[in-house]
Amino acid sequence: MSGRMLAGGEFVCESLQAEGVDLVFGVPGGAILPLYDHILKYPSIHHVLTRHEQGAAHAADGYARATGKVGVCIATSGPGAINLAVGLGTSFMDSTPIVAITGQVTRPAIGKDAFQETDVTGVTIPVTKHNYLVLSAEDIPRVMKEAFHIARSARPGPVLVDLPRDVLQEIAEFTGYPETVDDLPGFRPITHPDPVQVEAAAEMINAAKKPVILAGRGVLVAQAEKELQELAEKAQIPVIPTLLGIGSFPGNHYLYVSLMGMHGSAFANLVVDECDLLVNVGSRFDDRIIGRVADFAPNAKIVHLNIDRSAIHQNVFADAPVIGDAKNSLNALLPQVEKQARTEWLSRVDDLRREHPLVVRDFAGKPSTQYVIKRIHELTNGQAFIVTGVGQHQMWAAQHYVTDRPNSFITSGGLGTMGYEVPAAMGAQMGMPNEQVWSICGDAGFQMTLQELATIRDENAPVKFAIMNNFHHGMVRQWQTLFYDKRYSQINTTGPDFVKLAEAYGMLGIRVEDIKDVDSAIKRAQDHNGPVIIDFLVEIDELVYPMIPAGQSVNEMVEDPWTQQQPLGTVAR
Amino acid sequence: MTMRRVISALVHDRPGVLNRVASMFRRRGFNIASLAVGHSERPEFSRMTIVVDNVPESALWQVTSQLWNVVDVVEVMDITDEDYVARETALIKVRATQESRGHIVEILDLFRGAEVVSVSPSTVILEITGPTEQVESLLALLEPFGIIELMRTGLVALTKDEQVPQDGEFRAPALVGARPNRV
Ligand SMILES: Cc1cc2nc3c(=O)[nH]c(=O)nc-3n(C[C@H](O)[C@H](O)[C@H](O)COP(=O)(O)OP(=O)(O)OC[C@H]3O[C@@H](n4cnc5c(N)ncnc54)[C@H](O)[C@@H]3O)c2cc1C
Ligand SMILES: Cc1ncc(C[n+]2csc(CCOP(=O)(O)OP(=O)(O)O)c2C)c(N)n1
Ligand SMILES: [Mg+2]
Repeated sequence: MSGRMLAGGEFVCESLQAEGVDLVFGVPGGAILPLYDHILKYPSIHHVLTRHEQGAAHAADGYARATGKVGVCIATSGPGAINLAVGLGTSFMDSTPIVAITGQVTRPAIGKDAFQETDVTGVTIPVTKHNYLVLSAEDIPRVMKEAFHIARSARPGPVLVDLPRDVLQEIAEFTGYPETVDDLPGFRPITHPDPVQVEAAAEMINAAKKPVILAGRGVLVAQAEKELQELAEKAQIPVIPTLLGIGSFPGNHYLYVSLMGMHGSAFANLVVDECDLLVNVGSRFDDRIIGRVADFAPNAKIVHLNIDRSAIHQNVFADAPVIGDAKNSLNALLPQVEKQARTEWLSRVDDLRREHPLVVRDFAGKPSTQYVIKRIHELTNGQAFIVTGVGQHQMWAAQHYVTDRPNSFITSGGLGTMGYEVPAAMGAQMGMPNEQVWSICGDAGFQMTLQELATIRDENAPVKFAIMNNFHHGMVRQWQTLFYDKRYSQINTTGPDFVKLAEAYGMLGIRVEDIKDVDSAIKRAQDHNGPVIIDFLVEIDELVYPMIPAGQSVNEMVEDPWTQQQPLGTVAR
Repeated sequence: MTMRRVISALVHDRPGVLNRVASMFRRRGFNIASLAVGHSERPEFSRMTIVVDNVPESALWQVTSQLWNVVDVVEVMDITDEDYVARETALIKVRATQESRGHIVEILDLFRGAEVVSVSPSTVILEITGPTEQVESLLALLEPFGIIELMRTGLVALTKDEQVPQDGEFRAPALVGARPNRV
């Protein structure tokens, strides 16, 4: 088959087009210029010029998590490429499919300490699933095909493709984009579970008196929400989502528990403490979930459904591992799992629910962060797409923004990357233009990437930014309060006047200092046809409870002293 | 309890593969005792024998499954508990005077697969190929003469299994029975 003579840069654009990519985020520069020259000829690919490469990487990540598609970001060699790294690390930890395209110095210059040369494939080995340094234009379509395939298959993650400038300029014959991946003998995702494993898992579930399901991001990746619900209902098993599994099971379902772990509800942690079987569906058992391993679910056997065999036995020994795609594994399990009522266990779970409610603390005057989040939840009917930063506001958002929508809760969990909240919200909004996207920001995290406000204005992405402004690294302050005798060190993060900042970026800015203005500000933002920044001046001394200190167990869980004095039955969910 | 594991892996013969494999071991805190790599039966692939030291029982599965996840790695087999042959080669430069040279050769005659490969007025270079224990016992006997330089290849191993491994092959010891501490 004879093809067209094209330049390497066009090979990249053709490949993106063939993958159906219509949105990419990036920043140009010397080494990647040939690609930027050609991208002009491909109007179907909308390029968003972020103000920092970190923004491009997080935007691609937010886009990917909201849409379930592969996110694409682009940067030039050297500084551009390493500016992507924190974003790649974020996506890598949180199982998000990304293809990152970077420019590299010309082939003859590689290894000579050339201008803006960095060994990008070397630097990014630990934060990518795989990466490529492409040494001929002809290779580009195969590499791009493999990159997309690897990024989205098995446990999703980022793949980086490094392209020397002269490869982007090289003219070669383009014979089309490959339809299949033919040359990856070392990449064999395990999609279907071994029936022997399924049978063992089903037996354990059938024998359990007090089972509980931990539903992770793998459920969302596999789009197995329906199957998960079927399993939970058939066997009457309560469901706990991980931070990244929020939305994988309806939050208004009677079997829904709530988050467990370091900042999970006391109720969920006690359920796990009492359970005799924990069925992990698509979570990697992060240490913020398990705390001290020896005391984690001490009475339980563990069934672990995961597509990644290295997640099995990594942090918690699995009595019954089921390796495969969660949807396939659940479908294989369902017919073998017996219908059971488990009334005794469910009523015990409901007792715990009543005895350990998550109550939103009310303050007079200044609103609490929890209160603001609760109001956003109610005024958006739990249907908005939520993106968060990292810190106290993140934990309260996870506790109180209960939802039944898959992929609608977007947060940096594994890496805990502050600054994620601004660009990722843009990416999510651009991927879901018809959804209301709320970015719940920390004042400190917001200041780490606020330069992307200009990008958001340019793209007119109508994100509603709700800054939970406590003028501090609130979560750091919390640790210093609890574990360092209130010796506060380097935590004041007073920023600019965020309302004026909003205006400077051509956005609507609103400040809320009193609890009585919370609702009207949220409604005004909802009615405004464009991006909005609300500066909520929130209570500073509020601590996130419950808390299981790092590396400890449910026995050391600290509940909110205030909550415990409240009458039973006030469940915020 | 920790142990030494012998892993055989087939990997793509491409630039950077060694870096990826080494990076994974370093980052996950596994201790490579030796790593030997060379051409395999297939032109575009190399075979590696990796000996990993101090592997806790709880990490047995991690070592192999993390290695299997490296995209350039095509087969991973922990062959420690299988029937396998293993050899290493050592080149040993020993101080040898006119008087001691004869003693050294006598010692060498006690070993299969050992010979003198180079002689100079004050040194000899010896070669030995055999199982690790054999190499080590020769070294112990040579120690008093003064070992000037030593180069060991690390272990190379093949399982005796008659089945041809498939692309994507994965063999790891089965973990049975819950651990009291859960990992
Ligand atoms: C300040 C802070 C506090 C935190 N506190 C908590 C807390 O209290 N509770 C909590 O839960 N988290 C908490 N986290 C988040 C925590 O660090 C982890 O990010 C989170 O628990 C990981 O969730 P996960 O395992 O579901 O997702 P991931 O880490 O993304 O793992 C997904 C798993 O699913 C598997 N998978 C992927 N695709 C499939 C598929 N198709 N089929 C089957 N399996 C698949 C993957 O192999 C992987 O093992 C906190 C984070 C921060 C920053
Ligand atoms: C990039 C980065 N730097 C540092 C940290 C450590 N850290 C975790 S939470 C936090 C404070 C976050 O403050 P803010 O964004 O205002 O949120 P708050 O906790 O006040 O709600 C810090 C510094 C981090 N997670 N990420
Ligand atoms: Mg703050």
